[in-house]
Amino acid sequence: MSETIERTPRIAHLIARHAESNLWLARYMERIENVARLLDVTNTFARDADDTRNWLTILRINGDLEGFYAKHPEANQANVAHFYLLDATSPTSVQTSIGAARENARTLRALISTEMWLQINVFYTRIRALTPTDLLPDHFTAVCGMLKEGTQAHTGITEGTFYRDQAWHFYMMGRYLERADQTTRLLDTRFHALAPQAPAGEGEIDAGQWNGLLRAAAGYHAYRREHPNGYRPTEVAGFLLANTAFPRSVGLNLAQLEWHLSQLRTRYYLRGSIPALERLDQLNGTLTHQNVAELVKGRLSPFLDFVQKEIAGLHADIVQGFCGGAA
Amino acid sequence: MPEFSGTQSQSQTPSQAQIQSQAQTQPHGVLQGYDPGTMFCEMLRPGQPSHPALSLLLSRLAALPIDSLRRRAADAERDLLERGITFTVYSDATAIDRILPFDLIPRVLTPPEWQQIETGVIQRVRALNMFLHDIYHDRKVLKDGIIPAELVLGNAGYAKEMIGFDVPFNTYVHVCGTDIVRDETGRFMVLEDNARTPSGVAYVVENRHMTLRVLSDLMTGLSVRGVDEYGLRLHNAMAEIAPQSVLDPQVVVLSPGIFNSAYFEHVFLAREMGIPLVEGRDLTVENHRVWMRTTAGLAPVHTIYRRIGDDFLDPDVFRPESMLGVRGLMECWRRGNVAIANAVGTGVADDKAVYAYMPRIIRYYLSEDAILPNVETRICSEPDALAYTLAHLEELVVKPVAESGGYGLIIGPHATRAECAEFRERLKHNPSNYISQPTLKLSVSPTLTDEGVQPRHIDLRPFAVTGRDTWVLPGGLSRVALRKGTLVVNSSQGGGTKDTWVLA
Repeated sequence: MSETIERTPRIAHLIARHAESNLWLARYMERIENVARLLDVTNTFARDADDTRNWLTILRINGDLEGFYAKHPEANQANVAHFYLLDATSPTSVQTSIGAARENARTLRALISTEMWLQINVFYTRIRALTPTDLLPDHFTAVCGMLKEGTQAHTGITEGTFYRDQAWHFYMMGRYLERADQTTRLLDTRFHALAPQAPAGEGEIDAGQWNGLLRAAAGYHAYRREHPNGYRPTEVAGFLLANTAFPRSVGLNLAQLEWHLSQLRTRYYLRGSIPALERLDQLNGTLTHQNVAELVKGRLSPFLDFVQKEIAGLHADIVQGFCGGAA
Repeated sequence: MPEFSGTQSQSQTPSQAQIQSQAQTQPHGVLQGYDPGTMFCEMLRPGQPSHPALSLLLSRLAALPIDSLRRRAADAERDLLERGITFTVYSDATAIDRILPFDLIPRVLTPPEWQQIETGVIQRVRALNMFLHDIYHDRKVLKDGIIPAELVLGNAGYAKEMIGFDVPFNTYVHVCGTDIVRDETGRFMVLEDNARTPSGVAYVVENRHMTLRVLSDLMTGLSVRGVDEYGLRLHNAMAEIAPQSVLDPQVVVLSPGIFNSAYFEHVFLAREMGIPLVEGRDLTVENHRVWMRTTAGLAPVHTIYRRIGDDFLDPDVFRPESMLGVRGLMECWRRGNVAIANAVGTGVADDKAVYAYMPRIIRYYLSEDAILPNVETRICSEPDALAYTLAHLEELVVKPVAESGGYGLIIGPHATRAECAEFRERLKHNPSNYISQPTLKLSVSPTLTDEGVQPRHIDLRPFAVTGRDTWVLPGGLSRVALRKGTLVVNSSQGGGTKDTWVLA
């Protein structure tokens, strides 16, 4: 009897609870990178006269205004950094994120690669060891760098070592949902402060601010390459919403999400992907047919609200469809 | 094979290993000043035939500077912590990850020694399974007066639910850990059987990997039996006991969850077997079958290697408040729709009182003497044994049979005259509640301490896996008492572990 080479993974069952843990593991790790980048960019590129406004932006993006002001009287570097880097009771802090990431990784320890677990475990210890000294101006950039590097190491180790069966698809969907969500929030929060409310939306441009926005999305140089002539609000919005080459654009992340959902349906015969795929179809349609110029005239915020709700809906559909556990 | 192109050229420099092999024996090698006295040393082995691999290992240790050993020990400790090869200790609201201390100097077993342990463990597991089958069926061993009936039937570990119930291949103890010690003459003796859910096997494998990472130069060229087969063997045994109608059985490891102190081992087992690590909430019972909740809906489960106690398995049958188990599981098992390992009700077989009867139980079922003797144990309900115990109380350890955890026992050499007198009265009043054993002079192994390499007491827990047949993982968990003089090797008492080498 001749045996052929098995090219595809055998269909091993994935525990529903583990699928959800994969989604969350990826999301929490992404959040650490996002918070670190936002803090770093604000600290470096947004130190103009209105310092408070700049630090408030981070709080707005994460919906943390209320939680922050319950603990701190003023939004400045020291307080915002404390809130996001040291405060384990803040739901969006890196302390909370790494704790939750590690707990999910621990749940998944038999599924993820040992190298993924080891790196998360060491990273966790490093983050837990942060002290107020790390927030001081002479340490702060290095700490943000350490956090970004730690999550990027995680991303790289995952790319190189995580076996690509069902569990990996759920992990990747978590990553793309989080990226799409973060970019939408970033755009929503920063855009209005920047785009002049002039009829055409093409008024005076504060280059430094635009460049801060793009850097916060890790897209500054890519945008320069795409649009060397300068900043136009419609182009910035279009770039962040729809560019198919930019790793953090909403459109690219939704496209990748769709690929993973389709894989689960066609390769693993999972019917649970159908509601999410349908919602994604509609969302993609809406994004494709949007006139960006119309949007930036003042309808951007409600539109981004809608996109954010749909992204949350996608997460819920996936959990409901795959992780509900019903037969 | 085609050559790789573009390889960077390298100058020929001697490797680290080559340099070390050229070095002469260092005056400050790790064994300098090491003196086990009259205790049996597992490394120097007075009176035992020498083995070339052991001699080579000794000379390598003698050439290894103590600073190098300390550096490697520090590396190993950090590595264990980073890898999360840890158990979790809870105090107040905080969870602390602790490592089980790892001593780098390996414990070595020669082929004839391993032969005795392996055959001895297989014999013992066979007798345990025959005993369990008997006491849950015909009870011949009780009728023939080999062991008192009330000791078995009144035992807390005896499960009435198992009466008359047949398990595949009559195997109850699928995974057995046999605690073995050595006396001052080097004789092996069984101290205890662990027939419920013995733990520690993950450390056997991880300790080997650690040795390979930090001490590979010590092992180079030596033929040491591998330990990586455990997951495969266990999975195959679990597949063997699955319902016979199933072609490709689904095996799962059932854990209490990430907060359990042995969770790392549960992860290890699931990973090594390539199967899901589930909790009770991932399983459900429908139509007297067990299912797991997957992304594709409910999927059948055929064998459960459970790492939760009998009491928690099924709230319908045992503790009703248990959240860890699966409601209706026992009924599925009774109907033959699922296999559970280890079986329920094995606790009676690893009981202290029953232990005293093990040499007779082995002879009764197998018509053989025990290959691995018990620690000499006197059953005080027998007049001769009582008389001896009363006369020699100052030299003996006397243990109550019903208690566990070291309550109500007396250690003769450490007791005052008044304590001994008082204990004699208790013993005479209720002799059947007691067994007595000599105080042991356990063997020692060279172990790195703050005072250099010192002799420390050691034991051995080999792991036996049984489906249709029994297989014993070469070696086992060597636990070492890190505090000077202490005989207790438990991890909760400051004990550590060593890699265990079975020479080929």
